[in-house]
Amino acid sequence: MTQDELIWRIAGGSGDGIDSTSQNFTKALMRYGLHVYTHRHYPSRIRGGHTYVEVRASEEPVTSRGDGFNVLLALGDSFARNPSAGAVYGDEKTKPLFENLDELNEGGLIIYDTGVLEDEDVGDLETQATENDWHLYPIDLRAIAREHGRDVMRNTAGVGATAALLDMPLDPIQELMSEAMGGDILDANLAVLSDAYEHTNAEFEATHDLRIPKHDHDEEQVLLSASHGISYGAIDEGCRFVSGYPMTPWTDVFTILKREIEDLGGVAEQVEDEIAASMMAIGASHAGAKALTGSSGGGFSLMSESIGLAEMTETPLVMVEAQRAGPSTGMPTKTEQSDLEFVLSTSQGDSSRVVFAPGNVKESYEQTRLAFELAYEYQLPAIVLYDDMLTGEFRNLPRSFFDREPNPDLGSIATEAELADLPHDVGGRYERFRTDGDTDVNPRSLPGMRNGRFLATGNEHWPDGQIAEDTANRIKQMNRRVSKVEVVRDALAEQASPDTVVGDEDADFALLTWGSQKGVVEEAVRRLTEAGHSIKALSVSQMAPLRTEEIADFLAGVEEALVVEMNATGQFKGLLQKEFGDYGDVLSSLLKYNGDPFEPAEIIEAVEIKQSGEGGDTSSETTLYPPAGDRS
Amino acid sequence: MNQFDAIDSGEEVTSDDYTPEIEPQPTWCPGCGDYSVLKALKGAMSDLGRDPEEVLLVTGIGCSGKLNSYFDSYGFHAIHGRTLPLGRAAKMVNEDLEVVAAGGDGDGYGIGGNHFTHTARENHDMTYIVFNNEVFGLTKGQSSPTSPKGHTSKTQLKGVAKDPVRPMSLALSAGASFIARTAATNPKQAQEILVEAIEHDGFAHVDFLTQCPTWNKDGAQYVPYIDVQESDEYDFDVTDRREAAEMMHETEQALYDGKVLTGRYYVEEDRRTYQEEKQARDEMPESPVVGQYFDDEKEWERSYERLDRHT
Repeated sequence: MTQDELIWRIAGGSGDGIDSTSQNFTKALMRYGLHVYTHRHYPSRIRGGHTYVEVRASEEPVTSRGDGFNVLLALGDSFARNPSAGAVYGDEKTKPLFENLDELNEGGLIIYDTGVLEDEDVGDLETQATENDWHLYPIDLRAIAREHGRDVMRNTAGVGATAALLDMPLDPIQELMSEAMGGDILDANLAVLSDAYEHTNAEFEATHDLRIPKHDHDEEQVLLSASHGISYGAIDEGCRFVSGYPMTPWTDVFTILKREIEDLGGVAEQVEDEIAASMMAIGASHAGAKALTGSSGGGFSLMSESIGLAEMTETPLVMVEAQRAGPSTGMPTKTEQSDLEFVLSTSQGDSSRVVFAPGNVKESYEQTRLAFELAYEYQLPAIVLYDDMLTGEFRNLPRSFFDREPNPDLGSIATEAELADLPHDVGGRYERFRTDGDTDVNPRSLPGMRNGRFLATGNEHWPDGQIAEDTANRIKQMNRRVSKVEVVRDALAEQASPDTVVGDEDADFALLTWGSQKGVVEEAVRRLTEAGHSIKALSVSQMAPLRTEEIADFLAGVEEALVVEMNATGQFKGLLQKEFGDYGDVLSSLLKYNGDPFEPAEIIEAVEIKQSGEGGDTSSETTLYPPAGDRS
Repeated sequence: MNQFDAIDSGEEVTSDDYTPEIEPQPTWCPGCGDYSVLKALKGAMSDLGRDPEEVLLVTGIGCSGKLNSYFDSYGFHAIHGRTLPLGRAAKMVNEDLEVVAAGGDGDGYGIGGNHFTHTARENHDMTYIVFNNEVFGLTKGQSSPTSPKGHTSKTQLKGVAKDPVRPMSLALSAGASFIARTAATNPKQAQEILVEAIEHDGFAHVDFLTQCPTWNKDGAQYVPYIDVQESDEYDFDVTDRREAAEMMHETEQALYDGKVLTGRYYVEEDRRTYQEEKQARDEMPESPVVGQYFDDEKEWERSYERLDRHT
């Protein structure tokens, strides 16, 4: 176990306050001066079931959940009881104490609640602890909670015990509690916290050597997930209309925007279904507001037809797709990157759209802003594709990162005066879709503007929007719409690339990944490099149009490239092969699709197997495809 | 300058202002009821003095969807059944627009049934015209949600086994605040009703009976109509929900017995529109959202100032 980082896991049942407790503790660690990162694992149910949140904290910036964890706070049961009804939800056999031990690192700490677990429940824990060099801290958290408040404050007692065992002062935690609550509840929680802290210090001579390091941030930090990044990016671009239907994990963005956008003079609407949500975003955008809608897999499927309509009518549309494990309803609260192929081509016909897959909080903010700029400038749909993991990944960022100018610009909209000078047909309709202009994008007019009337239609149309099946016009209109993507490609090429290369640039062994797995791949490369491997990695976040030149440069001279992604069929590898021809000898896949994101060790293991030159398979829950040694 | 200052120029508007110079002649079949809807809508807009550039007409798919091509305002010919969410969002961000949605009975009562229910429930301030000819026209005569039970077509060889949708009763129970039925054979009443519907503050649903001479020659819409407001036979209070419901029930049944009743069925003047409800809850600004983008005085907030809860 290293001295310089903490991976703390709080585990219990849904309804135990795991989420709020971990958020507060994470924030306290951030205020204490550390870099933090959270990973959320929860079941698709309201009460009971096994839930945990991992918090990784270090003096150095953290980009992944890390390998395993080193402190377990096991809160009671993984099931919840309704005492008044005598009902039990969940599986009584599942105790968070035992459910989590597989991933607890050697030398780790276990804090568990003797108020909930009887001696016979604990079984052979001591033997296991000796074998693994685990340090046991049995504490009656429930009794401490009961003495000052209610049973549910066991989580606060657990935080107090954690702080005592890791030598962390209570001030940042107390400060946060005082900001979050008040009155009797606050007093009770503060009493539980300090009682557990003192009790732990008095009762135990700490046998472990893990201590929370002390560090200071140079400037004030904020703790945000990618959902916040997307939401604040949208707000800073002047997004003032959001429509949606609840679906995990898209709901994160939807609820953040609901809370914020009305204060800013905008409208946030929960509507009857995702079809309505996407059509409303089109309606709002057509009328002149900056609009956003989104969903997750199944809900996004319902939006398919609308995406095509936005493309055909050249209505700006920004959409969020928060992936979860599919197909169909799949595993609602588990993560996966398996909607890439779908999102690139959702809806019938040839598509013209932009797709980003941000790899972290920072990118989610920046790329959402870019999505708005492109959608409104080039009048097409821009989709931000991320996944459940990034919704549960809270990371610290300097507050000043967000000190950026807002951009309420609606893109290519003509003023009424300009409209008067732009081409109109003989009947006076504005030729919004003319094909003989200087650019592929004509300025928009908004309903209500003088001299701007035109028809927007999902049918093929003449320059003024009237429905047309004329073959020559069809070709011109198709070419103009499809070539907009090339214009976007050029515009994006002018910008600094979001796709980052790490490692030894001359390495002939490479990793490729996209979206949320950026951080973990980068950590794996860092560690492999430290261990003497020559390796490099490219994380791609601009999925359409793809930066093909950059990827080709990266792959030039590479003998073997492992494409790391969370799905079963290697969708990104497929996209690369489609774009670049075969590449069959060079590209292979490292896949994970059990619902959990990669850990760095899993990638390191796969690289070592690949580089050993021998055959073999991974021991973990990942898949090498084709298997190492099989180059057929 | 606000881009939308030009709305309401005060100039006189005529039906011709809504007639496109290109394609002034619709391609509907001779004798189609849709011509009447087009004429009535142009007439209503002219009566109301609405400038074509402040009107957004949203249509669905099918013969009715062609309305946009022959009506020269801002238009959005959308996708099948999805006119209402598109139109209501446009209205929510720019309440100065006159938003009219139009579609067929398959579009509105079939594929778009969910949106119909919820738009009525929310009482958005817009007008919804449903061309009800009891049949799918553009796809060549299949039975529709309002086809009578037993109606035979290429997709219903043994006759429709379902009872028809009762659109006005549906609108009433969903929460529409203005509900009327008119008929293509009754152009004067049609125009008057559309004027009232457009003027109404709230969701106005007009079930517009349109004959389809090509695919539904047996349709009851051809028989002479009775105006329930003009006839001595009917006496009910259009502001009374219960009486309106009974009258609708009778009307919707009578249609399939060959008796065409038309008129205003329900008018609720004092119900708040959805916009007003939201404004009362501070969920919506008093002035149009789109106006913000053209307001030079507006200070655009940065997220930087909203981050304190995350520190």
